[in-house]
Amino acid sequence: MSTTTGERTLGFDEALAAYDPAMGLEVHVELGTATKMFCGCPTEFGAEPNTQVCPVCLGLPGALPVVNAVAVESAIRIGLALNCSIASWCRFARKNYFYPDMPKNFQTSQYDEPIAFDGYLDVELEDGSVHRVEIERAHMEEDTGKSLHVGGSTGRIHGATHSLVDYNRAGIPLIEIVTKPILGTREKAPEVAKAYVSALRDLLKALEVSDVKMEQGSMRCDVNLSLAPSGSGALGTRTETKNVNSLRSVERAVRYEVGRHAAVLSGGGSITQETRHWHEDTGITTSGRVKSDAEDYRYFPEPDLVPVAPSVETVEALRATLPEPPAERRKRLQAEWGYSDLEMRDVLNAGLVDLIGETVAAGASPAAARKWWSGEVARRANTEGEDVPSYAARLGVTPAQVVELEGLVTGGRLNDSMARQAWEGVLDGEGTPTEVADARGLELVQDTGALEAAVDSVIAANPDVAEKIRGGKVQAVGALIGQVMKEMRGQADAATARQIILERLGQG
Amino acid sequence: MADLTRDDVAHLAGLARIDLSEAELDRMVGELGVILESVATVQQAPTDGVEPMSHPMPLVNVTRPDVVRPSLSPDAALAGAPDAEQQRFSVPRILDEE
Ligand SMILES: [Zn+2]
Repeated sequence: MSTTTGERTLGFDEALAAYDPAMGLEVHVELGTATKMFCGCPTEFGAEPNTQVCPVCLGLPGALPVVNAVAVESAIRIGLALNCSIASWCRFARKNYFYPDMPKNFQTSQYDEPIAFDGYLDVELEDGSVHRVEIERAHMEEDTGKSLHVGGSTGRIHGATHSLVDYNRAGIPLIEIVTKPILGTREKAPEVAKAYVSALRDLLKALEVSDVKMEQGSMRCDVNLSLAPSGSGALGTRTETKNVNSLRSVERAVRYEVGRHAAVLSGGGSITQETRHWHEDTGITTSGRVKSDAEDYRYFPEPDLVPVAPSVETVEALRATLPEPPAERRKRLQAEWGYSDLEMRDVLNAGLVDLIGETVAAGASPAAARKWWSGEVARRANTEGEDVPSYAARLGVTPAQVVELEGLVTGGRLNDSMARQAWEGVLDGEGTPTEVADARGLELVQDTGALEAAVDSVIAANPDVAEKIRGGKVQAVGALIGQVMKEMRGQADAATARQIILERLGQG
Repeated sequence: MADLTRDDVAHLAGLARIDLSEAELDRMVGELGVILESVATVQQAPTDGVEPMSHPMPLVNVTRPDVVRPSLSPDAALAGAPDAEQQRFSVPRILDEE
């Protein structure tokens, strides 16, 4: 099977001229609990293979699973944050299938009794419009093991002679969040899909229930898509594209499947209901060719686990622990900090909200907090392939130092260019802003006598320019300021220098 | 209850990864049919107003704290595996090649 050549696709606009897309998104998120869903094995990422397994998660005979209390609480909090109803009584079920990633030959999941159901998440698009995505359910289940395919080309399952399985991940608590069909999005379908996954990730992060790292697989997305003739209001046959694991890929996968479905349908063909594999490198999907009878999971209630029945008091106590919804928090902070939409978007994209919040709380102005965390630090963090908060934490650069730096500027000791030098010194590990300023001899000359002398000598050396300014060409002052600053070796305030020059030349 | 067909048995055998010969399929349709018929007498019990149960004990919310307990050593975990390689369970080829 080739993964480099896709099937025929129609252009996105052409596809939308004839068809309406309907989407359904299934997001799996690994909870950040210390232990697995039904046993006390640890859940650390990247451990040596099969070092975090026990009789329960290996499905050995006689083992008795017991539900992780924190996982249930997290599931309820996720449900509440998604505006869902919480089941007063629900059970686990066995989803039976034979595949070596599950040593028990079944996955313990919730079938027709999810812990949370009927909710919604409002997602904001680039143009500021808000789309409400309705949530069908959020249910508890467990993750599967990881297979390594041997003997084929580059670890692929096709052509492999055998596979090697590590069960460390098997049994890690998963919450699966399933949307209702997302309709009426038209040309915005790819953007809505991406914005939903992004908003969901922010929400889960704010809830502190998962590290939601898509690149490490702790958050994974399956994209269901179907097309129906424009305006028909019908639902077409859907395909399910599995493991679309970045925000950008979610958008691309929707776009690709819209074009592929449209090409098949407009050519008189029909869509096969099937699983599709997403190929990150080429941006296409290929058929998963799942045999239809493999979808018969023969669910039945898990006899080893008793029902989960959260009381109203429990649910309300958990509701009280919910954080401010990320979208509301963003709006509130933007207003408080007085940032423009563009500034706020940059701050969000750079992951600076919390750091700026801490810096403002420590006493800095919002403008200074944004300025110092998004300039040189961001550039250096980017070079190191890190985000600013973790880079700053590693370097030991703190919000208090931004406050100190701003204080040196407002207190008149440093001008802007000196402050930049001091900040670079801080980032180079030379100490606090004050220590760097001391060590590098950064200090505005407060004695205006020296500055006045410098102004006089520059005016004397540039009689032509001075004459122009006297004659009213005030904009020519820039040339003189530059020379004054040079004479002062940068240790002067440019605004003060300008003022003195203009006074001397009768323009003050 | 609808009668068990030969196709039903073939489907179930496939799901359970049990390879049945044509003769075994024929025999199983008969044997399983008899078993289902016997069990079906349970359906005559008066169950109006009786809640279905999935667990013999009237318990809910049996949970454990989120505290790590020791796992098995990899050697112990792999001891029962027919084959192991690179500290992993070795399993036969997953996909049937066409
Ligand atoms: Zn375990």
